[in-house]
Amino acid sequence: MKTVESLGSSLLASLEQTGRTFLLLLIIAYRIVQPPYNLYPIVRQIYFIGARSLGVIVISGVTIGMVLGLQFYNTLERFGSVDILGSAVALSVLRELGPVMTALMVVGRAGSAICAELGIMRISEQVDALECMAINPDKFLVAPKLLAGIISVPLLTCVFSVVAIFGGYFVGVVLFGVSEGSYLNGMIDAVVWSDVRLGLVKSLIFGLLVTLICCSKGFYIHLTKSGSLGAEGVSYVTTDAVVISSIAVLFSDFLIGAIL
Amino acid sequence: MTQETAIEIRDLVVEYGNRRILNSIDLDIPLGQISVIMGGSGAGKSTLLRSMLGLKKPTSGAIRMLGTDICTASPGQLQEFRKQMGVAFQGGALFTSMTVGENIQLPLRQHTRLDENTIQIMTRIKLDMVNMLPHEHLMPSELSGGMTKRAALARAIIMDPKLLFFDEPSAGLDPITSAELDELIIKLKQSMNMTIVVVTHELESVFKIADRIAILGDGGLILAGTPEEIRASDDPRVVGLLNRTPRQVNVDVDQHLRRLSGLQEASDKK
Repeated sequence: MKTVESLGSSLLASLEQTGRTFLLLLIIAYRIVQPPYNLYPIVRQIYFIGARSLGVIVISGVTIGMVLGLQFYNTLERFGSVDILGSAVALSVLRELGPVMTALMVVGRAGSAICAELGIMRISEQVDALECMAINPDKFLVAPKLLAGIISVPLLTCVFSVVAIFGGYFVGVVLFGVSEGSYLNGMIDAVVWSDVRLGLVKSLIFGLLVTLICCSKGFYIHLTKSGSLGAEGVSYVTTDAVVISSIAVLFSDFLIGAIL
Repeated sequence: MTQETAIEIRDLVVEYGNRRILNSIDLDIPLGQISVIMGGSGAGKSTLLRSMLGLKKPTSGAIRMLGTDICTASPGQLQEFRKQMGVAFQGGALFTSMTVGENIQLPLRQHTRLDENTIQIMTRIKLDMVNMLPHEHLMPSELSGGMTKRAALARAIIMDPKLLFFDEPSAGLDPITSAELDELIIKLKQSMNMTIVVVTHELESVFKIADRIAILGDGGLILAGTPEEIRASDDPRVVGLLNRTPRQVNVDVDQHLRRLSGLQEASDKK
């Protein structure tokens, strides 16, 4: 009986949290169009989420590209088709791995920090202080992060994809001696606009999902059981935010792939 | 002659879940005076403050502040009303990513179109009022407890509010810093003609700064009046609080033994 009760209460809590998250999205959408408009906080968040993630995106992009180059080369060599190495790497990166890996990197680097920052601000009364100063905390704190996420993740995905393609080039052309012409021309022939568009749409949605979930988890920490646990509560919601965001990215990747 | 009232609280009931924290509170806070809300731990002081700030919606009752009923006000009206009030939180609630100066300037930048020079001058005037002028460029993490409270106070008064709320100004401070803050609160009332509401349980501070005192206990208002009226009260709860008499708890020996041995918990679960 207790197990059923606990399952039921977990389910209700999850539903409540999902509802709160989507409500936050609607509130932010409404607040964004209301004056005053201030670009500086958005630029600051783009710097934090985007520019400061560049290092990790470049390193992971090169590594993923090299791994792909190596694996595809070993497989394609058995069938005598190493000429399509460039297109295989490019399509995998542009359609799937670029958006997914970038989003997962952003979750780990910036998403967790966003969630922890908002959670600490909430439990140390900084959000209450904003409300008392007649400043909308959702517009002041959450909206810039959400917009920056939507802008930064597609840009980071572009960087990731380009760097990953060059990682594959390095392994295929420089290390294994695949001809440069077949790598690059094969890629140009195989990749069409819809592949690039699919990757961009995915990254846009992932950017929104990741920042929305991480913001909501931290911003509403006081409405969860973790809210009364202080620093420990912040660590719980941050872990939750990372796990839920990662699952949301993977699941929505499948959904978008199936629909588009 | 009747005093003008800044805050009128009528039949206020506040509950957290099934737990009733405040029960039918009626209280008037006069205009232009320092009113202190005091009481022991768990008396409901912070809940009353949060209700007055519009951060906790009451279960029932009314809170009319400067003519606005904040319990029935729309979010827009509440937002407008809040521009007339300042709040200094117990822990300061300064934004840790901003310097002291930037923290203080924030309400001005959000609500006014003042030029940069005026904002800087106003910031320095307020910092000077709270003796924090040399610390404008420090980060909140570099401040001591007393400095944090003074910086929070400077931020609370930057918009020249009509109402100022101060939560536990003396908590965690040494006696000298605490006395300095008391002086500062009195100076603010005199120089800016504000209505100030202070929530505290520090007796020394209370009788030094208060024009009126409201004592809360067990979720209700025990007594409200001038410091002299409070001192003259023969209500045992007021006398106990003023004399720092430990509360007498009537213990059922059998039940207490059962609780210690864990038997009570087991029977509660059944």
